[in-house]
Amino acid sequence: MDEIDRSIVNTLQVGFPLTENPYADVAAQLGIDESELLNRLTRLLDEKILTRFGPMYDAQKIGGAFSLVAVQVPEKSFDKVTEVVNSYPEVAHNYQRDHDFNMWYVLATETPVQIDEVNRDIEKRTGLKVLNMPKLEEYFIGLQLQV
Amino acid sequence: MDMKVKLRLPALPDQAILDERDQALVSVIQTGLPLSATPYADLGKQLGIAENEVITRLQSLTDQNVIKRFGVVVRHHELGYRANAMAVWNIPDERVRELGPCMGQFEFVTLCYQRPRRLPDWPYNLFTMIHGQDRNDVLMNIQTLIERCSLEKIEHEVLFSTRRFKQRGAIYRKFASSKTVAE
Repeated sequence: MDEIDRSIVNTLQVGFPLTENPYADVAAQLGIDESELLNRLTRLLDEKILTRFGPMYDAQKIGGAFSLVAVQVPEKSFDKVTEVVNSYPEVAHNYQRDHDFNMWYVLATETPVQIDEVNRDIEKRTGLKVLNMPKLEEYFIGLQLQV
Repeated sequence: MDMKVKLRLPALPDQAILDERDQALVSVIQTGLPLSATPYADLGKQLGIAENEVITRLQSLTDQNVIKRFGVVVRHHELGYRANAMAVWNIPDERVRELGPCMGQFEFVTLCYQRPRRLPDWPYNLFTMIHGQDRNDVLMNIQTLIERCSLEKIEHEVLFSTRRFKQRGAIYRKFASSKTVAE
């Protein structure tokens, strides 16, 4: 990534204009050509530095549900439990963390009921108790990482 | 997951009402905006909607916070933010409204959520994701948070991740034909 890539990423993290030629507008703001912006964006996506360029939805607003779930997994059965948990398409992320609660996964489903269904199923298949902790309130002001 | 056979439940209070065109639009942009000179006109062509209607609807979805933000999704790891930790805090319930926004304002904090405690196993009710160049940088950022928001007496723990098994935008399957991404 060079300086221009960085300024593109920093600018586009903040938002994107709803105008007829939005890429041209952003390019003008950055002092480059529209074609250069499009080429660089395509490359950043191809190289997987960016995962996606588009809207981030609030799933709850369109009826979906999210939850963060913690599990205390015995070290010796960690791989097995990981395999079970990751087999669910509803599991969006799964991280191992250095804590007694060493597995943390995020569920994304259509409805809150399905969150409970998946968790109950995971409990049944692994014999482990899961702690379901859905978001109650968000306190994120929206500043982005500068790169 | 065929939505056609599902009964339509009444919308929850904080749920937005999307008409068919909104839903079609949400569905068609979920994997990304077209990389073309006129992305909104191109979307309109796909959906049989005029460009200005696409723009008006996207604006309205943004105003309703259905679209939280429009832009790039960065992989932090690939950008040199090699380390991150989940810092969890046990904050008296009556102080969450004051301390949450204080912690959420820092650039290195990318998530700041209140979640239910699960006593006796789990006493923490505020979850923050803290980024840094390395572990030490993450810990320094947490120290900054403690000083700037006066958290010296607040119990907390720092959970570094040791392995990542999956990372994608959550796929939201209401619009069955393709993928919807939310954060």
